[in-house]
Amino acid sequence: MTAIRAFAPSRRAVLTATAAAGGGLLLRAVFGPPPARAVMMGSAAVLTAYIRIDADGSITILSKNPEIGQGIKTMLPMVIAEELDADWKDVRVEQAPVDSTRFGRQFAGGSWATPLNYVPMRRVGAAARQMLVAAAAQTWQVTPDTCRTEAGVVHHDASGRSLGYGALAATASRMPVPDLAAVPLKDPRNFRIIGQRIPGVDNVRIVAGEKLFGIDVTVPGMLYAVFVKCPVFGGRVARANVDAVKMLPGVRDAFIVRARDANPGGQPEGVADGVAIVATTWWAASRAREKLDVVWDEGATAEQGSEDFAAKASRLGRGAPAGFLRRDGDAETALKGAARVVEAAYSYPFLPHMTMEPQNCTAQVGDGKAVLWAPTQYPEPGARLVAATLGIDVHDVTVHMTRAGGGFGRRLRNDVMAEAAWIARQAGAPVKLLWDRSDDMRHDFYRPAGFHFLKAGLDPSGRLVAFRDHFVTFGRGGKPADTAIMDPNEFPAGLVPHLDYGQSVMDLGVPTGPLRAPRSNALGFVFQSFIDELAHQSGQDPVAFRLALLGEPRVLPHSSLWRNELRDFDTGRMASVLRRVADNADWSQRRALPPRTGKGVAFYFSHFGYFAEVVQATVTPAGAVGVDHVWVVADVGSQIINPSGAENQVQGAVLDGLGAALGQAITIDRGRVVQANFDSVRPLRMNQAPPVDVEFLRTDRPPTGLGEPALPPALPALCNAIFAATGRRIRSLPIDIGALKA
Amino acid sequence: MTYAIRVNGLVRTVDADGNTPLLWVLRDDLDLKGSKFGCGAGLCGACTVHLDGAPVRSCSVPLAAVGNATVVTIEAMAGDPVGRRVQAAWMRLDVPQCGYCQAGQIMSATALLARTKQPSDGDIDAAMSGNVCRCCSYRRIRAAIHQAAAALAGEEQP
Ligand code: FES
Ligand code: FES
Repeated sequence: MTAIRAFAPSRRAVLTATAAAGGGLLLRAVFGPPPARAVMMGSAAVLTAYIRIDADGSITILSKNPEIGQGIKTMLPMVIAEELDADWKDVRVEQAPVDSTRFGRQFAGGSWATPLNYVPMRRVGAAARQMLVAAAAQTWQVTPDTCRTEAGVVHHDASGRSLGYGALAATASRMPVPDLAAVPLKDPRNFRIIGQRIPGVDNVRIVAGEKLFGIDVTVPGMLYAVFVKCPVFGGRVARANVDAVKMLPGVRDAFIVRARDANPGGQPEGVADGVAIVATTWWAASRAREKLDVVWDEGATAEQGSEDFAAKASRLGRGAPAGFLRRDGDAETALKGAARVVEAAYSYPFLPHMTMEPQNCTAQVGDGKAVLWAPTQYPEPGARLVAATLGIDVHDVTVHMTRAGGGFGRRLRNDVMAEAAWIARQAGAPVKLLWDRSDDMRHDFYRPAGFHFLKAGLDPSGRLVAFRDHFVTFGRGGKPADTAIMDPNEFPAGLVPHLDYGQSVMDLGVPTGPLRAPRSNALGFVFQSFIDELAHQSGQDPVAFRLALLGEPRVLPHSSLWRNELRDFDTGRMASVLRRVADNADWSQRRALPPRTGKGVAFYFSHFGYFAEVVQATVTPAGAVGVDHVWVVADVGSQIINPSGAENQVQGAVLDGLGAALGQAITIDRGRVVQANFDSVRPLRMNQAPPVDVEFLRTDRPPTGLGEPALPPALPALCNAIFAATGRRIRSLPIDIGALKA
Repeated sequence: MTYAIRVNGLVRTVDADGNTPLLWVLRDDLDLKGSKFGCGAGLCGACTVHLDGAPVRSCSVPLAAVGNATVVTIEAMAGDPVGRRVQAAWMRLDVPQCGYCQAGQIMSATALLARTKQPSDGDIDAAMSGNVCRCCSYRRIRAAIHQAAAALAGEEQP
């Protein structure tokens, strides 16, 4: 038995076994939701597994969650196959259909898959193995404990007999079904699949250019659509020359669509006002769009812009906050009595998701039913949104999940599904709606911008004794918008005796939403950069200063928004990864670097993962920033399930963070997004991508996910490296290279 | 109007406007969906194909400009001695994350290796920086190009 505790140990679990056609074994496991008191965001999901073992020995595992590049389609089947003691080459993975009644909640987000599924999926595999062993033992008239398994075969060593899983499947389907809660698990030392570098199960098809993605879907009789929305968020069509557009080559129809907001008064959700052009090819629809004239009624958001936001934020930031998120001790008095006071204002911009595959969806609507093919991270709310938009029953909506060309949180929103469904119904034909890059850039749910006005006090020994942040964020009517929030327990809360976190909210008409490592991707930059300032101001080594702040190993409640033990912050685990990354990066030798080259350090705890990172950067005399190397040390628990996928996620997230710091911002002007394509919001490119060394420290804690937590420290580590190289402090993103000239 | 273009060794007839970008002809007229749409403006490389062996952004090549040139797409790479090695290296090193950019990456990498047998890191930067990978799989792309080069030189690793 393993020492690892199940994440949600008291789920009710039911395993059913049936005979499959042709002499196979079909297993279905359902783990009910955890008891109400243990429910926390994301974890209330019902977990399910489907496994089929055919007479020829092939093993089919259904992958129920969306695949957006996070490697889920490979990782979860590995966990099942391990305890099943299968041969990985016999395993086939099929994408499950969308059906919450059979599969529970199907989603990709929050780095939840590993913590939720690790132990339950192992139990499913172990139970299946136990049934196969029982079948062999019965066949040979021996006791099960004299049998062993290896790579898809049951052996009885005493008699030299063996039978493959395929040959045993039919008998196994008649064996008693084990109790999932009691089935023994392998000692991790005997793992043969978990811990191996297993390539993605779709790789063969990806490198061959096969049709895997939403954009590749074709339906007989399908037309193509573009949908032109008001550049100003919330704007409406006053009039449009749709009759002229209808006459253009290839155009079958053009019509005005009226907003159908499924969430009035809140974040827009569903169909926005706009003009749909439906044509025989997507290119014809795009050409016709160039001739489309729309007069927009732009609405109130046209008054808003990034420059005004910044001016207003700095006015608000100088005053008292509208409210407090947290108050410890007496920050005011402690700041007055401090030996040294450091003050700084930080800010970060709106960010787009810019998934490589632009938003798209193919829809077929008729007879009160809708069928959709969508690259989505969260199909079930998509189906509900489509049902609400069309006014039909959700049971009449079928969603086929395709592989998604990136997600990063964008595809948790299913606005494109609602649009496609509406346009397909109006057009009276199946329609593939595809956004072009500027649609995608200009109609996103952006990572909210934010402003922080910080003040800290150090005592004569350089210890941090007082800390204040006035967070100026966005929302409506004083309530922060989606993702535009800060947790009252945000670091360094709980580690400084006198601390105030205040908050003020500015009105915003721009939609916001989660982007990879939501909140953390911005707050990590602010707090880990300011902490670095404090270390330098007090003349201390930035690593030593942080270790002193973390103090003795202890557990602090980390999130007051979503309490659970995995979210609690263990200062000892963070200190360990920090010390280790300093060693790996030769931190103590950093003064020997050439001029205008420097190393910076940062750490961050998010999505249950402890990450410390060092960046080495060189700044040219002209101010251009080159990242030379990144070192990452992480603690995500006892087991890295697929080291290949894990390293991909960590390297990808780190480089994603560097790319955001170096070249990405969405600016709002008169209520509209200025940027339109990859020339104005610059994704990181090959010539900018440094080596990223990754080490995982193993601790006796449940394994947790890797889609997100490597990202937040990358930005402040880079900015802190730039300070070490140039003496210039980056307090606003993206990095302004003009300010870094020698 | 009607155009006859050579794609993956076949002459294909397409009835389309001469301004239509080659990308949409490939994807929607010829149902070759391996070449991907990313930006439509020559900024991301997702649509990269070979035109007479040279990597081009098919979103920015009008159908009328193709003429007699040979168009080769990702769908033909398994039959290409260099492309096959590149695909094998991509799989061995588990390069793809979401996978959406990878057809374009493989087309650029194959064109590079066809010209430059043992590319330096600088050669890779020059040849590959027009191909965006939003998942940032760049470290593995670089390693896979080096590995494919080694395989082509007959030093294949076990
Ligand atoms: S789609 Fe052609 S370069 Fe981006
Ligand atoms: S693998 Fe996702 S864009 Fe490259």
